[in-house]
Amino acid sequence: MEFTDAQIQRYSRHIILPEVGGKGQKKLLGAKVLLVGAGGLGCPVGYYLAAAGVGTIGLVDDDVVELSNLQRQIAHSTNTIGMPKVESAKRTFEALNPDVNVIAIKGRLNKNNIMGIIEDYDVVVDGSDNFPTRYLVNDACVLSRKPLVSGAILRFEGQVTTLIPHEGHCYRCLFEAPPPPGLVPSCQEAGVLGVLPGVIGALEATEALKLILGQGEPLKNALLIYNALSASFRKVKVPKNPKCPVCGENPTITELQDYDAGYCQLG
Amino acid sequence: MPQDSNQGKKLDIRGLVCPYTFVKAKLAIEDMEMGGLLEILLDYPEAVHNIPKSMQDHGHKVLKVEQTGIKEWIIVVRKEKD
Ligand SMILES: [Zn+2]
Repeated sequence: MEFTDAQIQRYSRHIILPEVGGKGQKKLLGAKVLLVGAGGLGCPVGYYLAAAGVGTIGLVDDDVVELSNLQRQIAHSTNTIGMPKVESAKRTFEALNPDVNVIAIKGRLNKNNIMGIIEDYDVVVDGSDNFPTRYLVNDACVLSRKPLVSGAILRFEGQVTTLIPHEGHCYRCLFEAPPPPGLVPSCQEAGVLGVLPGVIGALEATEALKLILGQGEPLKNALLIYNALSASFRKVKVPKNPKCPVCGENPTITELQDYDAGYCQLG
Repeated sequence: MPQDSNQGKKLDIRGLVCPYTFVKAKLAIEDMEMGGLLEILLDYPEAVHNIPKSMQDHGHKVLKVEQTGIKEWIIVVRKEKD
C-alpha cells in the first residue's frame, strides 16, 4: 500500500522514528488486535491503538455504558449512557481515526466461542474485570500460542505483563488458579482511582505496539507493578513454571474449562 | 512521487516544510535497495541542514548538499541501513 497525504501527516511522528518508520506504520495498519473488555482498561488501550493506526481492533464486552463508568472509562460519554460499550467505544475510536476498523462484539467470551474469536487476531489485550475471564483468556492464548498483554487494576495499584506462550511465563505460572470468590474484594471494597486504568492501559497499549513492531523487550517473564500513591514502578521477575498446569512440561489443562463463579466485577 | 531509475531515485519535495520534508525523504529511502542513491530536490532552507543530519542519524551516508538556485538545493544520500 501507499500512504495517502493525510496518512503521511497523521503518522508523521511515527514515520520519523527509526524504530517505526513507514514500514512499521504499515505493520500497524495491517495489524489486528483483540481487546477483551471495553471498560476501564479497554478504553485507553483502544484509544491509543486507534490513534496509532492499528488497522483492526476487535472489542468484546457485554455491558452497556452506565453513569458510574464515566469516572474512568474515557471512550464513553454522558451521551452514550445506555448504549452497548462496544458500540460507544467503536464510535469514539473510528471518529479519532477513520483508518481503523473496529469490530464490535457484544457478548461474553466463554470456552465455546473464544478460540474462534481470537484466531482472527495477532495480539490479544486483556482488560477484563474478573478472574474467570482472565484465566479463560490466558488458557486460550496459551493453547493457541497467541501473544497476550494482560493488565489489572485495583484501588491505587495496577499491574501489566506480556505473555508469549511457551517462550515466557503465563498467568497460571504466576497464580496457578483463580482465588476463591471469598478472597476477592467485594464490590464495596473495589474502588479505583479514575486515572489508574489510564496509566495501566497506556502501558498495555505500548506493549501491544512493541509486539506488532517487533521492537524493544516485551514484559516477558516479568510483571510491572505501578503504585499511584507512592508514585513508583516495580518490575518483578516471573519465571516460567515448568509445573504450570497449562504451559508446563506435563500440562493438566489441555482444553478450556468452565470458569464461571460468583465474583464481583472490578472494572 | 519519486522517479525510479537504475542508479536510484529522485524526489522533488519543493513546497514542503518540516517535518514533511524529512518524512517524505525517509519514506522514499525506506523503499530503496541498500546502496541506492536518493537525490532530493528541495526549497525549504531549514531542511537543507535537517535532512542531512537526520539521514546520518538514521545510518545513511550524505554524499552531496548543493545549492542549485537562489532558493533551491539538491541533497544526495546513499542508503546504508535497512
Ligand atoms: Zn504457565
